[in-house]
Amino acid sequence: MKEIFVLIEHRQGKIRDVTFEMLTGANKLATSIDGNVTAVVCGSDVGGYVEKVAGWAHKIIAIDDSKLKDFNADAYQQVLVSLIQAHKPYLTLIAQSGFGSDLAPSLAVELDYPLATDCYDLQVDGGALVALRQMYGGKVNARVFFNDSPGIICTVRAASFPPEESNLTAEVIKTDSPLTEEMAYRQFVEYVEAAVGDVDITQADILVGVGRGIKDKDNIPMVQELADALGGVLACSRPIVDAGWLAKDRQVGSSGRTVKPKLYLAIGISGAFQHTAGMKAAETIIAVNKDGNAPIFGIADYGIVGDLMKVVPALKEKIKALKAS
Amino acid sequence: MDMIVCIKRVPDTAESDVKIDSSGRDIDHEGLAFTVNEADNYALEEALLIKEKLGGTVTLITMGGRESDDTIRMGLAKGADTAIRLDDPAFAESDGAATAKIIASAIKELQYDLILTGCMASDNGFTQVGPALAEILSIPHAAMVTKTELKENKVRASRELEGGLLEVLDIDLPAVLTIQTGINEPRYASIMGIAKASKKEIALKSMGDLGLNENEVGQKGSKTRIDKLSLPVQDKIAELIPGTPEEASEKLSGILKERGLV
Repeated sequence: MKEIFVLIEHRQGKIRDVTFEMLTGANKLATSIDGNVTAVVCGSDVGGYVEKVAGWAHKIIAIDDSKLKDFNADAYQQVLVSLIQAHKPYLTLIAQSGFGSDLAPSLAVELDYPLATDCYDLQVDGGALVALRQMYGGKVNARVFFNDSPGIICTVRAASFPPEESNLTAEVIKTDSPLTEEMAYRQFVEYVEAAVGDVDITQADILVGVGRGIKDKDNIPMVQELADALGGVLACSRPIVDAGWLAKDRQVGSSGRTVKPKLYLAIGISGAFQHTAGMKAAETIIAVNKDGNAPIFGIADYGIVGDLMKVVPALKEKIKALKAS
Repeated sequence: MDMIVCIKRVPDTAESDVKIDSSGRDIDHEGLAFTVNEADNYALEEALLIKEKLGGTVTLITMGGRESDDTIRMGLAKGADTAIRLDDPAFAESDGAATAKIIASAIKELQYDLILTGCMASDNGFTQVGPALAEILSIPHAAMVTKTELKENKVRASRELEGGLLEVLDIDLPAVLTIQTGINEPRYASIMGIAKASKKEIALKSMGDLGLNENEVGQKGSKTRIDKLSLPVQDKIAELIPGTPEEASEKLSGILKERGLV
């Protein structure tokens, strides 16, 4: 019986969606490898978390320790090393998140286990685990093969497995925390919420998102004019904010805002995962990009493959003409 | 403040078509432009800003062949003091953990207070080397850092979480920080900087120089293997609107009107 550990990810008292997605993926995989799923719940006052995941795993290992209240890579690493060495799970799943990417690579080195990060699927090939992930900003899919090892660690990309509760009732195993002292060399100070700017793009029906393809800050007013013509709000992908061309409150994506407008017009946006994670639920998605193979065309309803410097002004004129008539 | 910055030369694929090469294990590099990994560029700028404020030195480390020298010289031109390139045919196809081991072997000989790397390489997207490096060197780390504040023997680092929430923590030095894009505004190298850099020596280290053997590096030294690259097949493909910008815009505005969006 192969055991699959899933590290429950919680933040500020709430379990994050990726946790249920990972549990779903783990259960799916478990059927192909004669496996069972164990949810690893670490935190302070974990009763609530345990209740929420009880239907999603065969077993829950629950560790209650005030030192685990907020995520801390060092503390969580120590706990996981102790649990993994004791239980020897075949596979440990951790979210590819701000927390998980801080934890998994150092954990893998300490255990001397192979690690595949940001996996969007897990399959079995010839009896062995194969992890699927992307490279080159989502332009290429890759298969990761693992050497023989006592265990494997994978971090899982958000939204890879639509969550599906299993009809399980997990056996809960309360385990003592192995932590003996506060993490001396790494101390959590506080969380700071993202600053609220002038614009709340989550409230707009129509968003015009601008990406790297815009090439120059001076080209942005042209896109603003298109947004104005449509009665929409200007938004953007991360590189535009990194460059200082637009404020962070306009950023759509995993480290920015998640939006569900009636219309999302993606201008010069390639459609890398971190961006589409924030807008793929839009009702209608239209993309303009000069690269016909850009991943954005895989989620858009309509697309124009062309030079946005020509398409954007032309579109603005057509919209204005339509509205005038 | 003695700092080490790990930088990597990567292909610029943001706006290019990519093709899988004949081995199936990487993309075809023909016709691609190369550049410093974006997050590493931000890491270098952060080190240079700290150097300007607190004094100290910046040493660049790159694992790569001779073609990486351009990338390294650009870093020296911006203000890094010394550079080391780790080069050996045996290093090829090292996975994230093996790469971290190779870099750690070079770093452990050096004096340092802070190691900065980019949080992610835009080619493989692993987000692995920084934290792995810290573990091998037995020092603390923080990943996805968007703000640094050096204090006595510590650094206060803000890490970026989903939705823009920041996690602020204090970490003892020496430490590894992996740097997120947008943390600062990377400078351009000056003409004088470029001229000075062209005269600087880049130290070269081979596998033997680092005290490593062939079972510790490359494919042999890796526990994971990437293979069978493929181009994603889109489940759903956008209906592409043909024609000139004028024609396509005309059709698109008609579609928007039909959908009640105009």
